[in-house]
Amino acid sequence: MSKFILLRILQAIPTLLVIATLTFFMTRMAPGGPFDSEKNIPAEIKAKLESHFGLDKPLHEQYFLYLQNLLHGDLGPSFKYMGWEVSELIAKAFPVSAQLGLLSLGIALLLGLPTGIIAALRKNSKYDYLLMTIAMIGICLPTFVLGPLLILIFSSWLGWLPPLGWYALSDMFLPSLTLGLFYAAYIARLTRAGMLETLNQDYIRTARAKGASPLRVISRHALKGGLLPVVTFLGPAFAGLISGSFIIESIFFIPGLGKFFVTAAFNRDYTMVLGTVLFYACLIIILNLIVDVIQATLDPRSRNL
Amino acid sequence: MSSCTAPNNVEQALGDKILHFGLGAEPQYLDPHLASSVSAHNVIIALIEGLVSEDPKTLKPVPGVAERWEISEDGLVYTFHFRKNAKWSNGDPVTANDFVYSYRRILNPNLASQYASMLHGLKNARRYHREGTSWEEANVGVVAIDEHTLQLTLENPTPYFLELLNHYSWFPAHPPTIEKFDAFAKQGTSWTRPGNYVGNGPFVLSDHKVNSVIEVTKNPNYWDADTVSLNKIRFYPIESADTEERAFRSGFLHLTQTVSPDRIDYLKENYPDLIHFESYLGTYFYRFNLDKAPFDDVRVRLAFNLATDRKAIVEKVTKGGQTPAVCFTPPETGGFTPKARFKFDPDKAKALLQDYLNDKGLKSFPKIELKYNTSEGHKKVAEALQGMWKENLGVEIQLLNMEWKVFLSTIAKRDFSIARAGWIGDYVDANTFLHMWRTEDGHNNTGWSNARYDELLDLAARESNATRRFSLFDECEKLLSEHAPILPIYFYVHVTLRSPTVKGWHPTLLDHHPYKYVRLLKGKE
Repeated sequence: MSKFILLRILQAIPTLLVIATLTFFMTRMAPGGPFDSEKNIPAEIKAKLESHFGLDKPLHEQYFLYLQNLLHGDLGPSFKYMGWEVSELIAKAFPVSAQLGLLSLGIALLLGLPTGIIAALRKNSKYDYLLMTIAMIGICLPTFVLGPLLILIFSSWLGWLPPLGWYALSDMFLPSLTLGLFYAAYIARLTRAGMLETLNQDYIRTARAKGASPLRVISRHALKGGLLPVVTFLGPAFAGLISGSFIIESIFFIPGLGKFFVTAAFNRDYTMVLGTVLFYACLIIILNLIVDVIQATLDPRSRNL
Repeated sequence: MSSCTAPNNVEQALGDKILHFGLGAEPQYLDPHLASSVSAHNVIIALIEGLVSEDPKTLKPVPGVAERWEISEDGLVYTFHFRKNAKWSNGDPVTANDFVYSYRRILNPNLASQYASMLHGLKNARRYHREGTSWEEANVGVVAIDEHTLQLTLENPTPYFLELLNHYSWFPAHPPTIEKFDAFAKQGTSWTRPGNYVGNGPFVLSDHKVNSVIEVTKNPNYWDADTVSLNKIRFYPIESADTEERAFRSGFLHLTQTVSPDRIDYLKENYPDLIHFESYLGTYFYRFNLDKAPFDDVRVRLAFNLATDRKAIVEKVTKGGQTPAVCFTPPETGGFTPKARFKFDPDKAKALLQDYLNDKGLKSFPKIELKYNTSEGHKKVAEALQGMWKENLGVEIQLLNMEWKVFLSTIAKRDFSIARAGWIGDYVDANTFLHMWRTEDGHNNTGWSNARYDELLDLAARESNATRRFSLFDECEKLLSEHAPILPIYFYVHVTLRSPTVKGWHPTLLDHHPYKYVRLLKGKE
């Protein structure tokens, strides 16, 4: 197992290099620059401004300089948030996104797993149809509709929860629910499919024939196999959840990573784009690795793959 | 209005005197010599005070760091006498030398300040800033006579000079702090962070969480601290107008930066006391590209202008209380109101266009593109004009929306036929509007150049008599309407939601609101 992990980490290095290179050159190909604004500034002043941040150097030189700094863990200064380093902005925003992501994931699992299991056990019953219809609506309903809708109900009408912010515990509920419901719906459907497949397997029949109680069949045998598709889905989904959601952050005014990620592209904040992309890439790589390890534990067959 | 179980910000503010302010965008800089946005202005005026301050109702200059001043008879020399109790937030006295240092800093070409040209009215400032002359050699018109007396010498008598001083580019920075962070000629230093920031305004920077909140707290060292009623202001950079509105309606914010145009009708009907429409010193217009056919021909430009029903645009499309732009400079800008010259006359428009087509031997008008930066509001106006021109001129216009930075670089490269634009005045004088159509101005971007126009502005710059000055400006407006390098559409209005508990907040043309006069009270003032 440790050899497997080491190999995967080594594989990640060229992946990250390719991502850094592509992102670097793609952002530079986009028209406009970080210092373009409606107020025109004289060309020589703009040139001075660009030289402050090394943007006057030939592109390949800037690229190698960037990689060199990257090796030292230096992501450079942000061009949009003057006086702040990209790494410290990520360090401040990531915990917020991670908090939101974890809470959402908790909600998603708490709602999604039991729903999927019940639907699978009561296959083709009215419970199954009802739960899966709700799940389908959950998948189809975009967060920018669900978010304001939940605010309308819980904040405007009932006055129970604040409509925005990330200051108190009560602020966290609505955004986590908005984000979590979408994933809960997915998880419910995946759990149902996984469970149905597993419940038809020979070893389940054997377990039943041997007189194991239905609860034991589900918890000890069926669940282990049935959850495999969910675990596969959770890796990238988790990375997506904890790296921030621009829409949720905008609706609820949350200072998470998603906003930095998206607005950096609009602002041509080159260093911030690169920083967030690389950070996101690392997250995905690490989480995929964790998923693979968990999968290997759940399903011995995948260890040799 | 909804109410949460716990008291909301606005209710609590009656006791804790904290103003909760919708800031719109996160400012790029909090350094007065580098700032370049409305959101930066809104924060900086809490932290720094200039030589003069503003009357909260009229924005007329009132004593700031300077308790009095004298103006020479020729209007060229201003002598400011500093109040002895003007202090920086760390207790240091504010001196005339601090201002000399500050002006030298912003004009230093190596700092690359976007607003340094605001100081070009100072004698020889341009020489130092743009022509590579050293500070000593350039002899810029700023002298500290003694610790408490500052003398500024101007290139031309500038009637609006004192108003100009309320632009942040004229604000001082604390020299020891700038030196400590090596920020004299460097951008991106951390002197503007809480704990480092030393200002001389009514508030000090106490917290800054990027994309979350900027908090300023009452400055006990401010010379006029007794007038300041607020304990704190918390600025929230909420970019989404919908989120801002929800924040306001739940009592999280006292005031919003903007209101979504789609919500205006609803809010007008349901919350008429909370929605405010206030004149704003800005013009929404389109640029023509005179380098390319067909807009190289004045008849075409005039035809498009005459085929534009500006009244219909403001009444049926924007609906936010805007007024039709029948001239370029908004009415009552520093006392100057141009004559209405951009009129709606579809018959004349048609005749002019036909004349052009006959002249060029064309059967129909070529299909042209109208470029605008992506936004629902711009799209609506563009679509309305597309229809209007189709109806009145029979021309086909293709609309092309572009992402902001792409749009900016397209305009700078002058790769357009018609393009959307907007201009907000930096100070209340027609010069801030008319100057951009000078031949060499970086904002012209139309290719229009008119020697007489440039000459008129030069004459206006040297003219101290208001009537004569206004008549020169009006002649400029006349030239603009005759040559029509632009198509003015409407004058901006600032639409905002504001809690009735916010007192001492008056509608002003620049949307400036000196915070020291703001109070949070229930009921009538």
